[in-house]
Amino acid sequence: MRYLPLTDADRSSMLNRIGVSSVDDLFVDVPAAARFDGTFDLPDHMAEFAVEGHMSKMAGRNTTTADVPSFLGAGAYRHHIPASVDHLTQRGEFLTSYTPYQPEISQGTLQALFEFQSMVALITGMDVANASMYDGATSCAEAVLMARRVTRRNRALVSGSVHPHYSAASETQAKYVDIKIDICDPDLDGTEDLTDQIDDETACVVVQNPGVFGHVRDLSPLAAVCQEKGALLIVVVTEAVSLGAMQSPGEMGADVVVAEGQSIGNPQGFGGPYVGLFAAREKYVRQMPGRLCGETTDVDGKRGWVLTLSTREQHIRREKATSNICTNAGLCALAFTIHLSLLGENGFRDLAMLNHARASQLADRLADVDGVEVLPEAFFNEFAVRLSKPAGEVVDRLAARDVLAGVPASRLYGAGTELDNILLIAASELTTFEDMDALVAALSEELS
Amino acid sequence: MSHSRDLSRGAAAVGSATTDTVHGHQGLLLEEPLLFEIDNPGAIGVDLPDPGDFTPRLGGVARQGEIGLPSVSEPEVVRHFTRLSQKNYAIDMGTYPLGSCTMKHNPRLNEKMVRLPGFANAHPMQPDSTVQGAFELIDGVAHWLKELTGMPAIAMSPAAGAHGELCGVMAIRAALDDREGGPTTRRRILVPDSAHGTNPATAAVCGFSVDAIPSDARGRVDVKAFADKLDDDVAGIMITNPNTCGLFEPDMIEIAELIHDAGGYFYCDGANFNAIVGRVRPGDLGIDCMHINLHKTFSTPHGGGGPGAGPVVLSDALAPFAPVPWVVHGEDGFSLVEHADDAGDAKPFGRLKGFHGQMGMFVRAYAYMLSHGRDGLRQVANDAVLNANYVVSCLSDVMTPAFDGPCMHECLFDDRFLKDTGVSTLDFAKAMLDEGYHPMTMYFPLVVHGAMLIEPTETESKRGLDEFIAVMRALVDRARAGDSDAFVAAPTMTPRRRLDETAAARQPILRWSPEVPTAEAAE
Repeated sequence: MRYLPLTDADRSSMLNRIGVSSVDDLFVDVPAAARFDGTFDLPDHMAEFAVEGHMSKMAGRNTTTADVPSFLGAGAYRHHIPASVDHLTQRGEFLTSYTPYQPEISQGTLQALFEFQSMVALITGMDVANASMYDGATSCAEAVLMARRVTRRNRALVSGSVHPHYSAASETQAKYVDIKIDICDPDLDGTEDLTDQIDDETACVVVQNPGVFGHVRDLSPLAAVCQEKGALLIVVVTEAVSLGAMQSPGEMGADVVVAEGQSIGNPQGFGGPYVGLFAAREKYVRQMPGRLCGETTDVDGKRGWVLTLSTREQHIRREKATSNICTNAGLCALAFTIHLSLLGENGFRDLAMLNHARASQLADRLADVDGVEVLPEAFFNEFAVRLSKPAGEVVDRLAARDVLAGVPASRLYGAGTELDNILLIAASELTTFEDMDALVAALSEELS
Repeated sequence: MSHSRDLSRGAAAVGSATTDTVHGHQGLLLEEPLLFEIDNPGAIGVDLPDPGDFTPRLGGVARQGEIGLPSVSEPEVVRHFTRLSQKNYAIDMGTYPLGSCTMKHNPRLNEKMVRLPGFANAHPMQPDSTVQGAFELIDGVAHWLKELTGMPAIAMSPAAGAHGELCGVMAIRAALDDREGGPTTRRRILVPDSAHGTNPATAAVCGFSVDAIPSDARGRVDVKAFADKLDDDVAGIMITNPNTCGLFEPDMIEIAELIHDAGGYFYCDGANFNAIVGRVRPGDLGIDCMHINLHKTFSTPHGGGGPGAGPVVLSDALAPFAPVPWVVHGEDGFSLVEHADDAGDAKPFGRLKGFHGQMGMFVRAYAYMLSHGRDGLRQVANDAVLNANYVVSCLSDVMTPAFDGPCMHECLFDDRFLKDTGVSTLDFAKAMLDEGYHPMTMYFPLVVHGAMLIEPTETESKRGLDEFIAVMRALVDRARAGDSDAFVAAPTMTPRRRLDETAAARQPILRWSPEVPTAEAAE
């Protein structure tokens, strides 16, 4: 077996050294009733080429966003990943190391994490960021728990602009620790006003920008209300590239920013693994979840990096930890860091504006299609449209014509609501004018 | 002029073991500044087309002013991260015996498979008809995990081990609430004192209090102490098996009966499943749920701290409460249940994350499962256990095993063998760095003084183990010879020597900012 270095001769000499006659003797602590001597309903081992052939066929049974025009978004986006990103993340020194518990021999991972934290803080407009969470939705859930720790209040108000996976993950995480979560109705027209719902019991207000239906808003007025009421404003960003084109949540007055970082450096990959961004005002740093990398010096006075403030964490504090998280999204955070390094100041902003341009150009084209109404006036690279027919059915029919038209709202909210005719359509730098023409033509025919 | 600052700050400080060079490089050991310090405004690492004519629609919130990101070309970025990578130790370089982390070889076939366009470019919200291959793969991994554990159901979405714990304990909570027709009155989760920190932390974030069960003199759960704690306030127990002392819990079946008789549920932490895969089905022990770290037993890469994946197998009692989403197989092929309203008789406790789970980890794990097959996986357990016991047999005359008898896939030593040497477990570990090894897990589990937990894994060769053993024996000799100063000073040959963690925590510097390098450059 190619992954197992021991030969039978090795095994036999090692058993001799140990002083037992068979490996079974090493399993003596396993009671007879616990031993499995039956046959698994599983295949025997396969050659590398056989595995490759089998799995390639499986992958070939998917029609993907690279094969046909695709306008899918809703929290996962198709962007170009520069070749060097994947090359560098596949270096064994990054790929096959673990959490940097031994900083002397983990400076590569640690310095990259420090750069990651710095970049996340910059693009979100916050003071500090952690070393990543599992994904945007879990990051959001952790922010709600943190707001309770900070404010000692038990109510979370979740805007109707928030992606249902994020509100559901937050609700799930909060339900057994006595946090009352109020989730507002879907904010389809982008006019939601939460002012009257924020009171002295409100620990946090969670709002997404751009919202799940695409609306871009100035959150400053909401931030002012939150500050007055002593509630934390948690801003969700599901499309990290938008941060290159829009005022940062920090500039608008956010206290915590949670985001999905997939768009930068990570493939859509059918939903994961992604990378959750978590950034906050500095005063909350000791209440933050997850790993933090900090700068220090070694005994020779050389600058170096370590994991720090670990007294917040489960391996030290156990049941009093700020979170139970351990392994996070290190390699995805590295991919994010490398891609954002390549983009740099101008590239990041140009990429964001290119995304916005493609979405704007697409919206113009769709506005001329009978049976399609573009809803948001202001958006980044994704917008909701109202169709004259149920969006789920239209999407299925367009898929049969080799166009992936977008995400029907019914996928997020369930079928049978007033959102049944709503479709979320995203564009990116990879969207071509030919793609747009294909969507327009297919929609025109289906809706006529 | 931050990019022109002296990169080698302090390199020639008094007491340094290194040679003074112009930029602080030591041959192939290259110093590397922060990316922010090689910022060269105007440089760029991507080329983008002009967007053409469009109507801006950012609603008055377009970004104004600089973000502050560095500007660097592609060759400089590639060199930067290549140099950083060379400051890391990794499995690809050598033995990485970090106990309880299962640092086994990460096959590159896994990486090739996850990059197949049909997987990498699939969007999670595509119509079901276009992603039948993706569902087939998830279903395939689910089948393997259920079969290997002997459990009837599985939740695939948890993103890592601790997230899997969350899933399992929430399912327990939901089942208790359901049984009692309202919030359960059971408040306590029992957790052995040898458990990973994630276990008590998870119980706490599910609203339970944690009650520690002592370990007995054999390093196992003290069954009598456990039984004495059982009453109608107990919601469940969380046990790692094999446990963090590297030992099989022989009383699992009895513990399962006792906790079930008391009305509670049994969570098994599957972090150490590698020791028993193919030989023991945890379902046969009477557990109700167990997470499986795909980044441990099933070889997906640890990536410098993730991402992982932590699917949770569930008993019939807990299966109805599994979180959405899950894959179902019907007449039209595979589809996904994403909403509680579509869940039929099931009562999902909620949703744990965005989308459907760590698909990229499922693909890698599946490549590994198929490569090993059922026969190979049993050999994995055998060789993992053999390697750990071989290490014990070759070190037990000079080091002090914490417990007698054979171990499972990892072996635990305490620090008695360092008594009166002036060398601590930490010093010993740091000396291993100079010898070219990543140390074992230190000071864990907490039940053993100065613990050293060594997990070689099955992917270490005998020759590799013999070299490791020779180093360990030599270090013991050196410690006993009274050379404690060398241990306290170690490491001396690594990219950095011991770092000041106290200073890092006292005045945290958690990000680059323009002011700091300017001030430091003036030193």
